[in-house]
Amino acid sequence: MQSQATYNYKVVRQFSIMTVVWGIVGMLVGVIIAAQLVWPELNVAEWFHFGRLRPLHTNAVIFAFGGCALFATSYFVVQRTCHTTLFAPGLAAFTFWGWQLVIVLAAITLPLGITSSKEYAELEWPIDILVAVVWVSYAIVFFGTIAKRKTSHIYVANWFFGAFILTVALLHIVNSAALPVTLTKSYSAYAGVQDAMVQWWYGHNAVGFFLTAGFLGMMYYFVPKQAERPVYSYRLSVVHFWALIFTYMWAGSHHLHYTALPDWTQSVGMVFSLILLAPSWGGMINGIMTLSGAWHKLRTDPILKFLITALSFYGMSTFEGPMMSIKTVNALSHYTDWTVGHVHSGALGWVAMISIGSMYYLLPRMYGRTEMYSTGLINAHFWIATIGIVLYIASMWIAGVMQGLMWRATNPDGTLTYSFVESVKASYPFWSIRLAGGVLFLTGMLIMFYNMVKTMAGHRAYDAPVVLPAAAHA
Amino acid sequence: MADFVSGFWNVYVMGLVALSLLFCLFVLMSNNKRETGPVELHGHVWDENLAEYNNPLPRWWLYLFWLTLVFAVVYLILYPGFGNAKGLLGWASVGQYETEIRKAEERYAPIFAKYQGMDVAAVAADPEARGMGQRLFVTYCAQCHGSDARGAKGFPNLTDKAWHWGGDPETIKATVTNGRIGVMPPLGPTLGAGGVKDVANYVRSLSGLAHDSLRAQRGAELFQQNCAACHGAEAKGMPAMGAPDLSDDAWLYGSSEATIMETVTKGRMNRMPGFGEFLGEAKVHLLTAYVYGLSNKPAQ
Repeated sequence: MQSQATYNYKVVRQFSIMTVVWGIVGMLVGVIIAAQLVWPELNVAEWFHFGRLRPLHTNAVIFAFGGCALFATSYFVVQRTCHTTLFAPGLAAFTFWGWQLVIVLAAITLPLGITSSKEYAELEWPIDILVAVVWVSYAIVFFGTIAKRKTSHIYVANWFFGAFILTVALLHIVNSAALPVTLTKSYSAYAGVQDAMVQWWYGHNAVGFFLTAGFLGMMYYFVPKQAERPVYSYRLSVVHFWALIFTYMWAGSHHLHYTALPDWTQSVGMVFSLILLAPSWGGMINGIMTLSGAWHKLRTDPILKFLITALSFYGMSTFEGPMMSIKTVNALSHYTDWTVGHVHSGALGWVAMISIGSMYYLLPRMYGRTEMYSTGLINAHFWIATIGIVLYIASMWIAGVMQGLMWRATNPDGTLTYSFVESVKASYPFWSIRLAGGVLFLTGMLIMFYNMVKTMAGHRAYDAPVVLPAAAHA
Repeated sequence: MADFVSGFWNVYVMGLVALSLLFCLFVLMSNNKRETGPVELHGHVWDENLAEYNNPLPRWWLYLFWLTLVFAVVYLILYPGFGNAKGLLGWASVGQYETEIRKAEERYAPIFAKYQGMDVAAVAADPEARGMGQRLFVTYCAQCHGSDARGAKGFPNLTDKAWHWGGDPETIKATVTNGRIGVMPPLGPTLGAGGVKDVANYVRSLSGLAHDSLRAQRGAELFQQNCAACHGAEAKGMPAMGAPDLSDDAWLYGSSEATIMETVTKGRMNRMPGFGEFLGEAKVHLLTAYVYGLSNKPAQ
């Protein structure tokens, strides 16, 4: 059932290796800024200051680590589930080198203080243009491959990858619209509260489409593959896909509760954030229930542990998110470390865990093997990472709720019970625990790097032959 | 200001909100079939072994989805959110803010008003009032002056007897109410590098700090020509314009020769914001007494 042509694994391999490398870099910067909060003396120079390293951390983990993981898995999945090679392989190679250039430019400009100051969209206009060009090329390669597929139906993972690619192009181009003044300085095309709304329309949909839809695409391939079980429900995937992409677009304004944004915009953001609960959980149910009849594999297979734990954290943070979007809850949680904890239960628990699990499946296959060098090290990575996440998010929950309660506490005369600096002082123990959690997670990534190098050592890069599609049997 | 530039956008937003809700409803209804009999594979296979069951939607999940949709509709009827509609409850964030402020005003104003008739020294001697003053201070003043009111570089220490604008109750109250802007012009171009150094040595000599006496002697002359107009011939300062006393060994920016030279060369510009309008007279009165009490300890 095999033809002579081989899949284009080269670009998948490149992105996979860089996923691990940028993961280590991004998380190292995260550990540094966590340490700077515990020991402010570590803010040794202006280019090494928390304010400049924090956007470097977020850009590195989201767009370098997460982005490379998405490129790698989507290129892998779209070829294999369409039973054809990548469309426009030259353009695919360009997306790799173009994306690496974007990352390097980000790593140079952000510490230098060159920023548009829009959260998660800090890169200045020349880099934004490069991002747009790379992204449009990505879309051409991906949808071109879909177009030349050898199957009648498009596999569910590709719906999610496709929605992610299209929407991120739209979000990036609209939100980054700016008037350049010099090569390194531009002003947003929007002003005042409109600017804030466009920014958080972008910001929350970056979560919804980059960090959710894209990684659900990953989930829909690697969970059934690793579990060797059919996806639980086609029908559920249809419902939660359409509901998810239709309602996420509305949710951004929950980032602007109790601001100058009109009341109606805040309310609409809140109700659609609550509606998002069910569509989000649809993905979790479909992933976890795929394991029906294969639960025993969880005991022995650390890759499945990564994938299923990721889905559990996904379910938890997509429950937490809608709750935090309720105005009265938001009044307590907003501006506190609770938000930071919520983001990391998504970023570490969901995005990183699903990517790591998928990479452990993918990496050996890039070298003609079926397993990583050491399964024991994958297991060690899993437990170290899990303990790290639990320490991180539990400490941030406690710190966040404590900060929120301290800030709103008043004396019988109406004055505030605590000054701001008292809440900072009270947060120190939790910031130390958070740092410990971050160090553990980074340690796990270093173990992964070692395991990757040992897997590659002595094995040649391998491009698998294209598999002919099976005849439909229904 | 209206939220929309024309009536069209109101309808547009309402249409999109309704469409989104109806779309969710449609997707749910069109996939709501309840299977009887065994669940079949959906019929396609990808990449050797990827297949899909077609299990029905879990009931509890379906009800959860319904519940959020019903909540959304009820909320949008009760609260602003459906285009320009005000919502049946008539709630608005501005209204909530104003109500809370009014309630707080009713509840707390008498507690503060109690001290408004007393003079500042008496309020400063009252332990309860001092506690309230301190709580106001750590909320509104500590960012610059520090929790212990000892200041920082460029932010005056409020616990010593050195005052730029005066330390009597009326002046402190005026400072808190209206804020202050202190300006010293740059004298570098006038004095030249050597002259600046001479003046710095003279200024240090006034507080009995180590200095070059020859330079200080030359500096004294330059001081009379260039600095005395504000700081006074005796360098005792001029509170009316906020010019500090230079002979009391109290320093806003620092006493090193280099820092004083920087001050003389480049001048200084400093600003404290006014709190009168924001806090109101009663709270300003308590803050004044607290600050006054920091350097005027009540007799035990």
